Amino acid sequence: MQTKPDTAPDAPAPDVPLVSVRNLKTWFEIRGGVLDRMLGRDAGTVKAVDDVTFDLARGEVLGLVGESGSGKSTLGRSLLGLVHATGGSASFEGQEVVGLDEPALRKLRSRMQMVFQDPHAALNPAMTIAQSVGHPLTIHGRLKGRDEIRAHVAKTLERVGLSPADTYMDKYPGDLSGGQKQRAVIARAIVLDPVLLVADEPVSMLDMSVRSKILKLMIDLKDQLGLTYLYITHDLASAKFFCDRIAILYLGKIVEIGEARALYAGPKHPYTEALLGAIPDPDPTRTIPRNLPRGEIPDAAKPPRGCAFHPRCPRAFAPCGWELRDLTPVLEARWAGMEEQAHLAERALIGEIPAEVMEGTTARLPAATPGGGADLLAMLERIRSEDPAEPFWTGIKEMRAEADHVAMEFHPALTPRLYAEGTTAAACHLLDPGLTHPRAAAAPVL
Amino acid sequence: MSETSANAATPADAEDPILTVRDLRVFYGTPRGAARAVDRVSLTIRPGETLGVVGESGSGKSTLGRGILRLLPEGTGVDGEVLYKGQNLVKMTPDQLRRMRGPELGLIFQEPMTRLNPLLRIQEHFEEALKQHHPELKRDELRRRALAALGRTGIPPTRYRQYPHEFSGGMRQRIMIALALVLNPTLLIADEPTTALDVIVEAQIIRLLADLKKTTGTAVMLITHNLGIVAEACDRVAVMYGGKIVEEGDARSVFADPQHPYTQALLRSTISLETTELHTIPGAPPSLINPPQGCLFSPRCGHAMKVCARKAPAEQRLEDGRRVECWLHCPGAIPAGEEAPLERQEITVADEA
Repeated sequence: MQTKPDTAPDAPAPDVPLVSVRNLKTWFEIRGGVLDRMLGRDAGTVKAVDDVTFDLARGEVLGLVGESGSGKSTLGRSLLGLVHATGGSASFEGQEVVGLDEPALRKLRSRMQMVFQDPHAALNPAMTIAQSVGHPLTIHGRLKGRDEIRAHVAKTLERVGLSPADTYMDKYPGDLSGGQKQRAVIARAIVLDPVLLVADEPVSMLDMSVRSKILKLMIDLKDQLGLTYLYITHDLASAKFFCDRIAILYLGKIVEIGEARALYAGPKHPYTEALLGAIPDPDPTRTIPRNLPRGEIPDAAKPPRGCAFHPRCPRAFAPCGWELRDLTPVLEARWAGMEEQAHLAERALIGEIPAEVMEGTTARLPAATPGGGADLLAMLERIRSEDPAEPFWTGIKEMRAEADHVAMEFHPALTPRLYAEGTTAAACHLLDPGLTHPRAAAAPVL
Repeated sequence: MSETSANAATPADAEDPILTVRDLRVFYGTPRGAARAVDRVSLTIRPGETLGVVGESGSGKSTLGRGILRLLPEGTGVDGEVLYKGQNLVKMTPDQLRRMRGPELGLIFQEPMTRLNPLLRIQEHFEEALKQHHPELKRDELRRRALAALGRTGIPPTRYRQYPHEFSGGMRQRIMIALALVLNPTLLIADEPTTALDVIVEAQIIRLLADLKKTTGTAVMLITHNLGIVAEACDRVAVMYGGKIVEEGDARSVFADPQHPYTQALLRSTISLETTELHTIPGAPPSLINPPQGCLFSPRCGHAMKVCARKAPAEQRLEDGRRVECWLHCPGAIPAGEEAPLERQEITVADEA
């Protein structure tokens, strides 16, 4: 099954990418409460897409892979102008999309279309399949006259395998199975002869055996119509099969990007590695590793400093962006496994750990009681000696007991840039030859 | 693993099952007739064992789990036997059943977001569950048990007094698991416990369930559509199709060497990191209202013989203790002349989805 023709036959200039995204940003202001607004207080910003750069060549399939909250859907929607990017650039066939007004966007959208995740929600239940699939033709004034539209719709339905089309034209979405509905959604997306399809989790809601049928259809359509795909998914297995290139997203940023085969054969970013290891595989000889990243994707309104993945990363070290609030999950994991008395004894020494993002490199961890600084330091040292492999401690330069708190000096947070090696690139300090990992010998970089 | 197969091969020697389901049928009334969601299903679960029940939507896997606990919509027909510690749950009164659910039979649902009461603290969830079934317990003991259960699932005591919205999806599912475990059930039925979660969190929960099984000895019936999860977490697997178990046996053997054509096709069509070519199963799952005659899979089966479309195959027990419902495994019983390949009707592409 060919998924990678070098260039589509109708490509005018094969060197110019179909889509070119440069430092794209889609930031959302969080609307605070009434009081916040009256006082002009800033409730914060969610950087759903933050400084993303990539190209998409004609006829190529690029996978945007990430967990929920990674910004992969927002990125796809920003490209189509369905949400408005707040910075950077995204061009489609040489035309800038960012900042375009609605009529211009609408004209552009007949060339780039979207396939949605949930086929049960993507079709209007009160419209027949023929009406839904034919609707874009009416909106864009492409065809006039009922018969002409019906004929074109019938042709499109046949193309996506809803054949004979006559049996489906006048049915309602409720009469169709999940796979049939997804075929209708795809028919609606290709009815205007677009060149780019942004497919947002097109098979995630479907049964296993139906997934391969829809993927097969998408591959056939790509070959027949010369389509280019942006395939948005959380499923690394289908992306491996389907995509030429992959971009792994975490909290709005690309952490690894490159040629699919190379990326799967040798993941460079610890997050990519963790994602690949976490997939449950039907092969009974493969099992999930023990050292899974802890926790979940953090609050995007208060992202971690440095590398956003560092609080969960089993291989994080000094420059990754450690700060005081990263101590909370470390203590919670410890306390979850403790007897209540022992936990209470430790808890009695420590004050409130600030949840706010740390400024600069120094922080104060308050003791629970006045004059408790020395006892608190002793406890922290004990916790560190009991689990010296905990990456959090690599971020601390110095801890000093003051009267009522422990003063902590952290290593400065560095934001990793993309380091290219071969056909992939990853944003990870482990790849920076100028930085040495303290446990480099024990945990070699892949 | 070899022990499991040996047990299954000689059921007489095996440890007594804690749950025995015999010929369970569950049917829903629909405007178009009765839908046989679960059709004569038999299975056993032994102490401490994890049984995976796997199937696609409409296979009856969730209905089977709910049917065992009798958590079904009113008007649903249930027939057959569900024997738990010698008592038949199918014949129990709603009141008797309510006392069983929790301390004997625990349940974990798919969506942790919607199963916790947003107005109650985590503490109150645990106190309510424990008081319901152990009214004699003092406050301190309630708290001790709750914190111990939470600790085992990785939730620190610092968060005992928080509300559900203060937790992430993965943590809420951990809380749900802790809520089920705090009553020390003998059997836990988990219905798609990780489906709503991201892949790393899903892996964390699978690991957790596997670890808990080792430490608590609770038997688990894990209902899922994900074959990978079964391979990862289960001792045995039952593959469901059209309301029936078509193949059941040691999970490793079933995945390594599937014997029913449906199991083979399902494994082949599953997209994994090793997938180099897409395989599909022709046709669509059977109607539960007007099921095809004979073997339910025969209209889609590449091996189908004349007999398959006429008569349902009897259950066969293979040497390794596996159960398979397929004529290929009882060639001796096929009437003369009916081994000929079945002439199949053309399946249109659209029917396939």
